[in-house]
Amino acid sequence: SGLSQQVIIMATRIKYICRHQDEAYKLGLSLSFRQEIMKWNGWGYSDSRFLFNKKGQAEFTGKRYRLSGLILPSLKDWFEGTFGANLQHKSPATVSQVAVAPPNLNEPFIEDLKAAGVAASHDPEDRVFRAHGHCLHEIFALREGRIGRVPDMVVWPSCHSDVEKIVELACKHNVCLIPYGGGTSVSSALECPHEETRSIVSLDTSQMNRILWIDEKNLTAHVEAGIIGQDLERQLNEHGYCTGHEPDSMEFSSLGGWVATRASGMKKNIYGNIEDLVVHIKMVTPRGVIEKSCLGPRMSTGPDIHHFILGSEGTLGVVTEVTMKIRPIPEYQKYGSVVFPNFQQGVACLREVARQRCAPASIRLMDNEQFQFGHALKPQVSSIFTSFLDGLKKFYITKFKGFDPHHLCVATLLFEGDRGKVLQHEKQVYDIAAKFGGLAAGEDNGQRGYMLTFVIAYLRDLGMDYYVIGESFETSVPWDRVLDLCRNVKERIVRECKERGVQFPPLSTCRVTQTYDAGACVYFYFAFNYRGLSDPVHVYEQVEHAAREEILANGGSLSHHHGVGKLRKEWMKESVSGVGLGMLKSVKEYVDPQNIFGNRNLL
Amino acid sequence: MASRALYSPRHPVLKKRDDFEDVLEERRRSSDLRYALRCYTPTLYKGLVPCKVSMLKSIVLQSDHLQCVIKQVSSESGDSTECVAEEASLILDEMAHRMQLSTVRFFVFTLSKAFKRLFRSVCVNEEGIQRLQQAVQEHPVVLLPSHRSYMDFLMMSYLLYMFDLPLPVIAAGMDFMSMKFIGEMLRMSGAFFIRRSFGGDKLYWAVFSEYVKTMLRKGYAPIEFFLEGTRSRTCKSLTPKTGLLNIVMEPFFKGELFDVSLVPVSISYERVLEESLYARELLGVPKPKESTSGLLKARRVLSEDYGSMHVYFGHPVSVRSLAEGKIKRSQYNLLPRYIPQKPSVDTHEFLNDAAFRLVRIQEENMVLKPWVLIATLLLQNPDGMDLSSLTEQTDWLRHLALAFGAFLDWPDHEACSEVISCSLALHRRLLSVSAGHVQLSVTDAPQVETTPEEAVFQRAVVVLSCASYRNQILHVFLRPALLAVAMQSANSSRKDDIYNCFNFLRNMFSNEFILCPGDSVQDFEEACYLLMKRGVLQVLEHEIVMSASGQSTLAFLCSVLEPFLQGYQVVCRYLCEETNENLTEKEFIPAVRSFALKLILAGRLKCCEALSSDLQKNALAALLRLKAVRKVKVGDQVTLKVNKIAVNSLEDTMGKSDVISK
Repeated sequence: SGLSQQVIIMATRIKYICRHQDEAYKLGLSLSFRQEIMKWNGWGYSDSRFLFNKKGQAEFTGKRYRLSGLILPSLKDWFEGTFGANLQHKSPATVSQVAVAPPNLNEPFIEDLKAAGVAASHDPEDRVFRAHGHCLHEIFALREGRIGRVPDMVVWPSCHSDVEKIVELACKHNVCLIPYGGGTSVSSALECPHEETRSIVSLDTSQMNRILWIDEKNLTAHVEAGIIGQDLERQLNEHGYCTGHEPDSMEFSSLGGWVATRASGMKKNIYGNIEDLVVHIKMVTPRGVIEKSCLGPRMSTGPDIHHFILGSEGTLGVVTEVTMKIRPIPEYQKYGSVVFPNFQQGVACLREVARQRCAPASIRLMDNEQFQFGHALKPQVSSIFTSFLDGLKKFYITKFKGFDPHHLCVATLLFEGDRGKVLQHEKQVYDIAAKFGGLAAGEDNGQRGYMLTFVIAYLRDLGMDYYVIGESFETSVPWDRVLDLCRNVKERIVRECKERGVQFPPLSTCRVTQTYDAGACVYFYFAFNYRGLSDPVHVYEQVEHAAREEILANGGSLSHHHGVGKLRKEWMKESVSGVGLGMLKSVKEYVDPQNIFGNRNLL
Repeated sequence: MASRALYSPRHPVLKKRDDFEDVLEERRRSSDLRYALRCYTPTLYKGLVPCKVSMLKSIVLQSDHLQCVIKQVSSESGDSTECVAEEASLILDEMAHRMQLSTVRFFVFTLSKAFKRLFRSVCVNEEGIQRLQQAVQEHPVVLLPSHRSYMDFLMMSYLLYMFDLPLPVIAAGMDFMSMKFIGEMLRMSGAFFIRRSFGGDKLYWAVFSEYVKTMLRKGYAPIEFFLEGTRSRTCKSLTPKTGLLNIVMEPFFKGELFDVSLVPVSISYERVLEESLYARELLGVPKPKESTSGLLKARRVLSEDYGSMHVYFGHPVSVRSLAEGKIKRSQYNLLPRYIPQKPSVDTHEFLNDAAFRLVRIQEENMVLKPWVLIATLLLQNPDGMDLSSLTEQTDWLRHLALAFGAFLDWPDHEACSEVISCSLALHRRLLSVSAGHVQLSVTDAPQVETTPEEAVFQRAVVVLSCASYRNQILHVFLRPALLAVAMQSANSSRKDDIYNCFNFLRNMFSNEFILCPGDSVQDFEEACYLLMKRGVLQVLEHEIVMSASGQSTLAFLCSVLEPFLQGYQVVCRYLCEETNENLTEKEFIPAVRSFALKLILAGRLKCCEALSSDLQKNALAALLRLKAVRKVKVGDQVTLKVNKIAVNSLEDTMGKSDVISK
């Protein structure tokens, strides 16, 4: 395919010698040149982007996604209507490259590194690429050619022992290490601390991307932590297995990153979140390697040391290898969707599904704004028949069933397993939905809902071309507070925007993306048109800050899966208590007294 | 914005108030019947969950909160949950309103007739109405009117109907229920009834609070209640109660509502309907039990002229912005929200502070009529005044009051003497005017022989009636007056000394007047600022010096507080001289009253206001607060233990000797 051809072309441009490469596992995109096919100042692949063509119609370029190459006829109206934006008012990125200060190199460290044979670079492009995650302020700054402190060099260890050498040398020469996996952080975790005076070295794990073994007896796989989600899944698929861990960022995020941030996957209802999936973790710290002595499925050996590692956000060391559970690829998959007359009914239905513990692999509930947004992303229909059917469906729901199009909302479903059970399961869920006024709305709507997950990040770049900025953030909250929290946070966002001089009402929308026994995960999207504001990013940050305060005041958590990074550090003490924070600090103090892992996240 | 209005430093002169419009004018021109039957389409809350009265009841009874308390009560008392639930249902039946539009229309019709007979005009600030119309759509609204008369809530509902605003549900005292018919009528026009005291009754409290909160959460109707808890018999604002305020704020604290708007409403009367009734009540003639026949007797009331009435709808105050930085809402995160929780110390402090500030907003927006100034002067001159000097001094006082930010409704184009003679005519029942000499006097009394005691009481009725008008303007003069008295008793021009005296007086009188707790420094500075601006004082870095021209102003301000100082001293003196070791709380008021009466009859005390039970209660509350008196429970009696040394020293500090001549 075109993709693998591209891989081969790229492969000829590998800049650095990578040792121990096992060609059998090396066909993915996760080589050091990944940056060559990705945007440097936006989300995802360079060839995939939204744009408004000459006719003013939106289209999505490239060939990678279901939406690629399609025209989206209603996006323009939605975009202009929702944000008060105008295609005449453009705000394109102003630079094609950023200038960075010369690196602050620690020569003795480099000498020793060369002697050890570890690949390294201080090429400005390499450094800039690893100096940021995907927070709004980071991308906005890149588009304007502004960037703060960047790593002074990048190193590419190719295996666990390389990492051991690097960490040892970093301690010896007192350089600061910042582990880098997929670079999809949205918590300012990759930002170099301004106050750091030592040489900062970005430790890119992308070359540690092999599956080292698969154990079919115990259904586990031992994998190097630099592997990217989609590669891991694809390679396991070749053996008939999967991990089932599918965070929205899985195209780009790495296994080590998941461990370091306590990631959560869309299908956690079947497979569990990352903490349920890992059996064994190996991490290199300045004190040495931390790992357990066996692969027992559960232990009572004091506090679980994995939980010092999970969520440590690169402050303690580098995760190098992980043994994780695998499952046979499910026989059957089926999407589905349900329309509810309003968000309250939808939440009540999800709560009941959770109570009966019969949640499908994934169940997500979008609010009305997101439902409308989803509609705006419907591609041009191919036949009159389809459009007629669409019209009929709409008529049935709004006129015959009396749903108010300004209140109805939709839940998307994904079932997995053997066929018989899936169909049975499906019936059970639809029966519950019916009790809450839900109407089955077809597989297509469901599938489109999940596809949106992957393209929505691209949409932000489109917005930024037309004075619209935005971002998402998440929380987890007990069931009884879900509705109140959603309403209050959305309203707070609208209020704060108004008070801070935003000229147009913002898009303030949410969805319930995960269900648990005792609560749910809620995801917010927030975007606004910033024309007329002198410092839009500052306004954005103030509003997001206020929204987070509102979340905490309404019984929500500081984060469900994005992590704390530097963006949410100020609330850590409040979140885990002074003693809790002290505990974490004392672990850091013991493991890394020199603060080699000096990204200053979390604590 | 609302919060800024609440916490901004006061610059009285800059205070902008809305204009008024007379709503009766239209009523005098068109049919009341047609008006009562007109199409009523109120502006609605955007988050309104439509809900019938009957549904409301089942929602309350089924609520997690009430169910939880029912279980608690059942396990504590041993009664079955069904039995407790039944009790809850009965409580709710006794409490709940049954609002229906037809009854409201009936009231609108009759009240239109009544108001036109009683009042020359009913003036409302229409901008306030417009603000309310906005607020009603945005968030659930709580109306907080001042309470001087039974007319208050009738008038509120009447006005809201008139302006197509949603009709409020009103928290009313149970005492109305004894008026069978009227009680039911009120119930059908939106009143719900609360028992006066239900201190320890968990179930009652749960039903009551859940009922109010449910209506608020559903946006069912604006909730109306009186922060002061009851009608003020003195026309002085009463120390606010925080119970209901807590109930209406809690849905915000717990995240159930994004915000709640509190709208303080100031209702002022040129002549209060219950004027002499109140005075008698304060003097110990017990309040007649509300009864329908009693109300009918009040028909005589209908034939009198009560001048004009003003209703000022203040700026809506957002609970969210009030609580900003003061309430940590996350404190509710760790307990399911339906489990009742006592307000934390912080919350309690916040509620108290908010309540005081809301009452101060009520005070500041209270319209004052010229008579208020005249009454103030006449009380200071018990032997009466010549009309000419009364005119001159009223004019002087008018300017002083305006400089201090009073909301004075003075007719623009009329001569001062004209204004005064109008006022005197309206209040002729309290006065005698002869040969250009005006004096407060008993005009109503039967001319048969009276005992000296009766004569004193008759005079006291007039004085207390008159005082209820002076009291309306006290909030304007209060801070400067405290400063004036402090300067007099400090006997020093050092700022620190004066502040200490000021603080002492402020502390002493904080049950008497609305003085926000913790605002001592701010109040002191405000007083200094006002008097400095008026040229009465020079405030230097460490000293406060009176200017030559300031004498009369300071003397006036001192006499404003004089009756209160004297009254408190009488109470102190009584407590010091009282020999009964087992003085019960119940005996206190009658005993002080007869003590004061004796002093008056003996010619040792001039001030009739010392006879007011309101003042006596406030003085006792202050002494209890200052720990000069303790309450001790003996059996089922509460007795008062007096620390005579402490009381004596308080009396001394207030400036003893010159008041009660021995």
